[in-house]
Amino acid sequence: MSKHRIELRAAPHQHSGHSVPTIMRNVVYSMLPICGFSVWQYGLSALALLLTVTATCLTTERLLNRNANTLGDWSAAITGILLGLTLPPAFPLWMAIVAGFVAIAIGKAMFGGLGHNPFNPALVGRAFVQAAFPVAITTWVPAFSANRFSEFVPTTFTAPLMMPPDIVGWVKQQGVDAFTGATPLARWKFENVSASAHDLLTGAVTASAGETSALLIFACGAYLAIRKFMDWRIPVAVLGSAALTAWAFQLVDPTHYPTPLFVLLSGGLMLGAIYMATDMATSPVTPVGVWIYGVIIGVTTVIIRYFGGLTEGVMYAILLGNALTPLIDRYTQPRVYGTGKEKP
Amino acid sequence: MRFPFLNRTPTFDHGIHPLYHKETGHLPIRRFPFAPKLYVSLEQHIGKPAIAIVRVGQEVLRGELIAKPDGMFSLPIHAPATGIIEALEPMPSDNGEMEMCIVIRVYEADTQEVQVRNPHDLEELRGRELALVMQEIGVAGKGGATFPTHAKLIPPAGKKIDTLIANGVECEPFLTCDHRLMLERANDVMTGIKYARRVCGAPHAIIAVEDNKMDAVATLEAALPADGSVSIQVVATKYPQGAAETLIKALLGREVPAGKRSSAVGVVMNNVMTLAYVGRLLPLGEGMTERVITIAGPSVERPGNYIVPIGTPLRFLLEHVGARSTAREVILGGPMMGTTIPSVDVPITKGVCGVLAFGKKDAEPPQIYPCIHCGECVNACPKKLNPTQMGLLAAKREYGVMAEQFMLGECFECGCCSYVCPSHIPLVQQFRVAKYFLKNREKVT
Repeated sequence: MSKHRIELRAAPHQHSGHSVPTIMRNVVYSMLPICGFSVWQYGLSALALLLTVTATCLTTERLLNRNANTLGDWSAAITGILLGLTLPPAFPLWMAIVAGFVAIAIGKAMFGGLGHNPFNPALVGRAFVQAAFPVAITTWVPAFSANRFSEFVPTTFTAPLMMPPDIVGWVKQQGVDAFTGATPLARWKFENVSASAHDLLTGAVTASAGETSALLIFACGAYLAIRKFMDWRIPVAVLGSAALTAWAFQLVDPTHYPTPLFVLLSGGLMLGAIYMATDMATSPVTPVGVWIYGVIIGVTTVIIRYFGGLTEGVMYAILLGNALTPLIDRYTQPRVYGTGKEKP
Repeated sequence: MRFPFLNRTPTFDHGIHPLYHKETGHLPIRRFPFAPKLYVSLEQHIGKPAIAIVRVGQEVLRGELIAKPDGMFSLPIHAPATGIIEALEPMPSDNGEMEMCIVIRVYEADTQEVQVRNPHDLEELRGRELALVMQEIGVAGKGGATFPTHAKLIPPAGKKIDTLIANGVECEPFLTCDHRLMLERANDVMTGIKYARRVCGAPHAIIAVEDNKMDAVATLEAALPADGSVSIQVVATKYPQGAAETLIKALLGREVPAGKRSSAVGVVMNNVMTLAYVGRLLPLGEGMTERVITIAGPSVERPGNYIVPIGTPLRFLLEHVGARSTAREVILGGPMMGTTIPSVDVPITKGVCGVLAFGKKDAEPPQIYPCIHCGECVNACPKKLNPTQMGLLAAKREYGVMAEQFMLGECFECGCCSYVCPSHIPLVQQFRVAKYFLKNREKVT
């Protein structure tokens, strides 16, 4: 005994076994089915998009952290995949590289890296390209086109700094019936046509690469919640409050406003509620704060969708929630055991 | 009429479910041999150290008084073995400081019978008088805090105690000594409760046991006094269920006000082992010379529950249970709140409830990541503090803000926050540093 070194360490001497890389890795795993479904739907273009964005994010993360290799925490991979999933499947790759770089460089590394970013990095990247390339980010392509595994959508390989070519002619050649080139939300907003719940659940709609099948996203989120890698309260608060708000509007004017189910299943709400609003670094930590944060995102999403100039409001709603997080945390401190009043 | 859904096993909010490793729970208590030399520290309890009343070269009998208490908030010490006083010298202690010890060279061939003493007539004694008699047997809290038991039982002036809680929760992983004691010495526990209630005046006593020890519940139930003044309450298995604050909340729904003791809500809490030793020793007038300790951990060949003489050096203890050469980390107490010892020359004191040995592989330090604000610690803290914010402040050494805005002083260092932290941030460790810093700053100014 005495010949050996004795180690001194402060209690506790046990640990739950959860670590940042395990959490992040499992989030990445849980997104793989969504990526797979996206590639199956949109073919080579979606695959190229996802790989490009993820590679850009990983490279940026590595280059901006020269002193320590931070790729091992898997957080940059999450940002990359998530960003890829929110972009249109035929998004020009050079623009995707811009999005990936902005997400990591401005969204994360600038603030000090993992855990220090005030906004969800993937959404920062998404917001940047939304502002910079308004046409490209609303150019949609049909799912399940016949040649999706043999050819790329023409816009994918747009030359850097160039505008993507017009793809109306290309879409016509694909022989996909009834393709309108608009998302269900846009069709509701501008044409007052609601997509059926069945199509929204199974992904037979026009959308970003990873926002198509609400059912699949929900299942992947359920896996994370059950494994306790995600705070289930946030998606419940976001989806619940969005549904309630939509329901209230529908009570007022059933002909104009869509059903709560349509609101829940359309656009990026499911992906946003499960994968982006739950980003740990940018969501509150207090038990009450988590619910307030989720409700703010849910309600804001519906308000932007109904009354804003945009068709989709999830992104800005979550960014708003992120901005309010420090304030929410500050005013929702839990009541400490043995004290009668709330602490500021 | 009982509705099962209305009778949820009582517990507290938050907390964690660590791996319990209670493998030693089925092993009967065995007696440990005497080490050739025993090192009896004069600081066996919190409060004033005892004053040695022996000189070098003097022979002492097992159970003989060797140190007297220094006032009311102190305890006497009795010779743990028959032998000769070899020295009075400082020895390393679990907190890293040197503490004065009485060194006894044990007579090898001695029968080690305990010196017979003249017990008091206890039946007439109540309250403070009984407490003074209790002080003579030198029992300190066995849960780890080593509060002198007689002093803890006396209600503060103007306070009335309505409930005595016998804490048989034992929520720390690995430790099973309380469990075995409840199984094997249930009658001692009941006797101890009887005397403790006479001191504190509590009309009612509750024995709290976690629902992973139902065999102990059955044994205790069979030993309950007939008058119905003592009851057994099963609580949910969760860490830190055994802390005073969380157990009082679970049993009585009361919250101990911040900065106050349990007596503020009319409760006195004692560990079941403390009460069992009171129940065994007080009627005999015998001094406390040994205690039951769980010796376990991956690096121990023969783990189990042992009656170990006070003053047994850890080196002897570990050699005897076959600590493997891979043992690198030796912990006194449980793995959640216990302290690693700086040297195997540290002797056993009255507050040691467990000795755990971990090998190198179990003790590899993990990589620390930045805080990712996951909120796991906020959802684990049994005191509903905000370890996330306090951790971020501690990193900036904003200790004053931690205390003023986030009630750092309320943290009782259960370690749940560090246990759950996926970034492996040493949260509770930083809080200890912060508290120590604040305490000593106040001393200076």
